[in-house]
Amino acid sequence: MSYRLKMRLWRGDRSGGELKDYQVEVSEGEVVLDAIHRVQATEAGDLAVRWNCKAGKCGSCSAEINGKPRLMCMCRLSDFEPEETITVTPMRSFPVIRDLVTDVSFNYEKAKQLPSFKPGPRDADGKRRMAQIDVERGQEFRKCIECFLCQNTCHVVRDHEENKPAFAGPRFFLRYAELDMHPLDTHDRVELAQGAAGLGMCNITKCCTEVCPEHIKITDNAIIPLKERVVDKKYDPLIWLGNKIGIRNKDNDGRTTA
Amino acid sequence: MASTDAGVHSGVNGPTRASIPEKTLRTDRWWLAPLATFVVFVTFIIYSSWRAFSGDDYYASPYLSPFYSPCLTDSCVEGSSDFGTPFSWWQLSPALVILIFPLGFRFTCYYYRKAYYRAFWLSPPACAVAEPHSSYSGEAKFPLLLQNIHRYFWYAAVVVAVVLTFDAVLAFRDEHHEWGHMGLGTVLMWINVILIWLYTLSCHSCRNIVGGRLRHFSKHPVRYKLWTWVSRLNPYHAKFAWYSLFSVALVDLYVYLLATGVITDPRFF
Repeated sequence: MSYRLKMRLWRGDRSGGELKDYQVEVSEGEVVLDAIHRVQATEAGDLAVRWNCKAGKCGSCSAEINGKPRLMCMCRLSDFEPEETITVTPMRSFPVIRDLVTDVSFNYEKAKQLPSFKPGPRDADGKRRMAQIDVERGQEFRKCIECFLCQNTCHVVRDHEENKPAFAGPRFFLRYAELDMHPLDTHDRVELAQGAAGLGMCNITKCCTEVCPEHIKITDNAIIPLKERVVDKKYDPLIWLGNKIGIRNKDNDGRTTA
Repeated sequence: MASTDAGVHSGVNGPTRASIPEKTLRTDRWWLAPLATFVVFVTFIIYSSWRAFSGDDYYASPYLSPFYSPCLTDSCVEGSSDFGTPFSWWQLSPALVILIFPLGFRFTCYYYRKAYYRAFWLSPPACAVAEPHSSYSGEAKFPLLLQNIHRYFWYAAVVVAVVLTFDAVLAFRDEHHEWGHMGLGTVLMWINVILIWLYTLSCHSCRNIVGGRLRHFSKHPVRYKLWTWVSRLNPYHAKFAWYSLFSVALVDLYVYLLATGVITDPRFF
């Protein structure tokens, strides 16, 4: 079954723009990205849109559909009524380039600021070893496809451009958490996350988790554990005392500070 | 956390962003959840304040209201002080001595923080809905830096849960403190204490304390096991927060209605 889909797409660039109306023929089982491509093929050949895999794995086609940050390729038209107008805009936290394409280089700058995995010396036989349960712990975090929908929806930078220099954002808290929980990493990620990455600015309102297309529990499994590790280190006098008098297992295994 | 007064030239209306005048283009009822949270929380605050400050009608033998447990001052009615009266000098309502702990636990709870930052402070009111504040520093500065004391309230909340469990055991008595009896109040108190335990044990701080802070699960098998149990409860923390909020108010209301003689307790045996 096919029908005429009404769409409003944001057209413009940094100098200005507006929502423009389009109507295209769509079929059952299609997704928003299909409809966008049809607009491109029939009515607006110059419509700019970033996409790649159409399978929810490359993280390219992030946009806002009826105001909600989503991947266009994973948003089914059957989620909407046929007579409903679907509004698609670029992500509203990043500088717009043209139409639905934004400049996401903020995220790459933040990635550069995050020191990469730094293991300690190898075992005597030249190998490094991790137990399986320690390997499994980080698997959820590795599902991230870097679509940056979490970065886009996080109000710390979405509503406050001035916070961008001091705030890494949920995608990178995920990485900090993964590395801090990694038994072989030797950096002190807690210090880094609280200092340079601005972990304290997060007020755990969980929008990053709500929009994650990979359903990673960013807040519960990465950000809050990181916040708790900061408390362990900075705000818990019992732990400080325990460390001072040596009754705590520091569980550090050669970890150095940043 | 932030000053008010909408910033026109920052955030989604900033000069580099796509020029869209609307603060959100969401078409769903995004305002419903924060509104419901606001109404329920305000109702609970009004109800619990009235009950805590009244200092009356909190004991209907053998049931003690959770708002007043443990009852530790000289003004506690006969039979309600199971742990003595170490705060004998306290002149105000006995509830005010102990309520700071469960309330502090809830106030600094990671779920409640999300709920009230959204519903009361609108920061943000909902995802991808612009907030009405011109600046924002999150929990990085005083006073919100104090949210980091959550784990101390968690330690206290464990003690409170133990006391409420003790109260629930005492509810297997009749009004003359004879053992081996049970009424509707006993059932309500057990439902409440189970929900309180589920809420307390599903806490994110608890999850960190029992094992989350470790870097090597493999070297700490017992703590790893505890962590997996708490991790199974943790996704339901918000649900337990709501259910236990209702149950604690319901038990208090039940005790109030018994103490004022509005209803009588149906006894099973």
